[in-house]
Amino acid sequence: MLELKNISFGADSDGKKVEIVRDISLTVPDNKFVVITGPNGGGKSTLAKIIAGIERNTAGSIIFNGEDITEKSITERARLGIGFAFQQPVRFKGLTVLDLLRIAAGRPIKMDAACEYLSEVGLCAKDYINREVNASLSGGELKRIEIATVLARDVKLALFDEPEAGIDLWSFNNLIRIFEKLRESDKERTIVVISHQERILNIADEIIVLADGRVEKQGSKDEILPEIIGTKYAAGECYKLTEGVKGNA
Amino acid sequence: MDAVQLQLMREVADLHDVPEGAYNFRANGESVGRNSTANIDITSKTEGSGIDIRIKPGTKNESVHIPVVLSESGLKETVYNDFYIGEDCDVLIVAGCGIDNCGKQDSEHDGIHRFYVGKNSRVRYVEKHYGSGNGDGKRILNPVTEVYMEEGSSMEMEMVQIKGVDSTERATIAELKKDAKLVVRERLMTHGSQNAVSTYKVSLNEDGSSADVVSRSVARDSSYQKFDACIIGNAACSGHTECDSIIMDKGRILALPALEANNVDAALVHEAAIGKIAGEQLIKLMTLGLTEAEAEEQIINGFLK
Ligand SMILES: Nc1ncnc2c1ncn2[C@@H]1O[C@H](COP(=O)(O)OP(=O)(O)O)[C@@H](O)[C@H]1O
Ligand SMILES: [Mg+2]
Repeated sequence: MLELKNISFGADSDGKKVEIVRDISLTVPDNKFVVITGPNGGGKSTLAKIIAGIERNTAGSIIFNGEDITEKSITERARLGIGFAFQQPVRFKGLTVLDLLRIAAGRPIKMDAACEYLSEVGLCAKDYINREVNASLSGGELKRIEIATVLARDVKLALFDEPEAGIDLWSFNNLIRIFEKLRESDKERTIVVISHQERILNIADEIIVLADGRVEKQGSKDEILPEIIGTKYAAGECYKLTEGVKGNA
Repeated sequence: MDAVQLQLMREVADLHDVPEGAYNFRANGESVGRNSTANIDITSKTEGSGIDIRIKPGTKNESVHIPVVLSESGLKETVYNDFYIGEDCDVLIVAGCGIDNCGKQDSEHDGIHRFYVGKNSRVRYVEKHYGSGNGDGKRILNPVTEVYMEEGSSMEMEMVQIKGVDSTERATIAELKKDAKLVVRERLMTHGSQNAVSTYKVSLNEDGSSADVVSRSVARDSSYQKFDACIIGNAACSGHTECDSIIMDKGRILALPALEANNVDAALVHEAAIGKIAGEQLIKLMTLGLTEAEAEEQIINGFLK
């Protein structure tokens, strides 16, 4: 179980103090599928980074399976079983997909085991396993490899930050299938996905709406989804595409 | 050979056993093993130190290993090795030098390699440098490589120096005729107070010739590196040079990629980038359970692979 108690995060922006996360308290129960949604700039990524230890909360405490991890490093939290898929995955010159999956697994996994993780994210393993995780990969490919690195780890809590961002429609259907499968898997694993996508919200046990650094709503899917459906917090597949077009105009 | 020498052999030439094909092993200034084959003839120079390697025209899928090891402190040597590669060959040449210095005096090996690559021949050349031993004496390597390439020939050179060499000054020159192709991949890591200088001067003298010179390097601690690569286009040719470096601690790197075009149809490009390891890369690997130091190692190993 993950418990956030009075978490705040302030940062300096042009010499001014800004509160990005404001006194958030919430509990994520074990083996649940939780989706966090809310407007851009609402503090979702920041909160996920705080849980993974990448950003340090300026107030409050984080309890993971009964242990206070507030002072623990990224590495320590990872070893306790927290996994994080970045919204904007990092590229590495020289490291191959296989290298990354091996690091993720934390043991010298066999080629076919590595390939399985890639198939799970809809990539044809033999085309990718020896590719470098560098600029030659497209944004969508990189996102899927990022998800595979979390799948390769034996995590108790997996955080996915906007997994659908930058993925084309065809891959998007694949992606939904990955998350449906994750949800159905009998692994003891809690999944937290940051997403605006209706189809991902639809498979949630619980939905949290974050806005302006605060929890605006939290509850079961049946309770929350009807309230936000049709808004941009719960968009259909085409939302991102039209958004992209508007962005280009 | 003793255990130290055998270890050095493994590091520089991946040799766990006597290799197939032609070879010449040099240890502490003497030849300690040699084999010529029907197509590859190795002979000692009559004047001065070194060997001549003659490869018959049409020799295909054969290899020559000429590793050098120094395990005696205070040894200084200059060795000339000349390779005469006939036409239409396809060969692998593995050179390399390992120095183990446990003593107080400097040990130095200066290998001067000259390659005459015959028409339409293909050569793959691998050269590794390695130093070990914890004496105060320095481990010094100053290789000079000259490559003369005939029409339609190609040469791929892989030069690696990852550990333990205190000071290197590497000079490589190449002259290419029509349709000749040179590819250089250099990988270098310096640490402590090491010093490494690498200079290239590649002349593309005839139409259709091409060169691709790429260096990847890491400078740690307070080490210093200089990469100075000049490609000269004297004909309708294409050249590319790239230097990509990671800098750490108090390391210093000077990258000087240079181009000289003396013909309107010479297409030449250079790129250079120096930077520290991106914080994001470290963070990503730490979220996979590595410590910061382990993450750094993985990033560097991948970069230099
Ligand atoms: N370290 C930081 N310093 C200053 N501003 C930040 C920092 N991190 C995030 N922000 C700002 O906080 C806001 C929330 O960001 P983010 O958590 O990425 O939101 P979301 O993921 O919900 O879109 C944004 O306006 C962002 O620019
Ligand atoms: Mg975000």
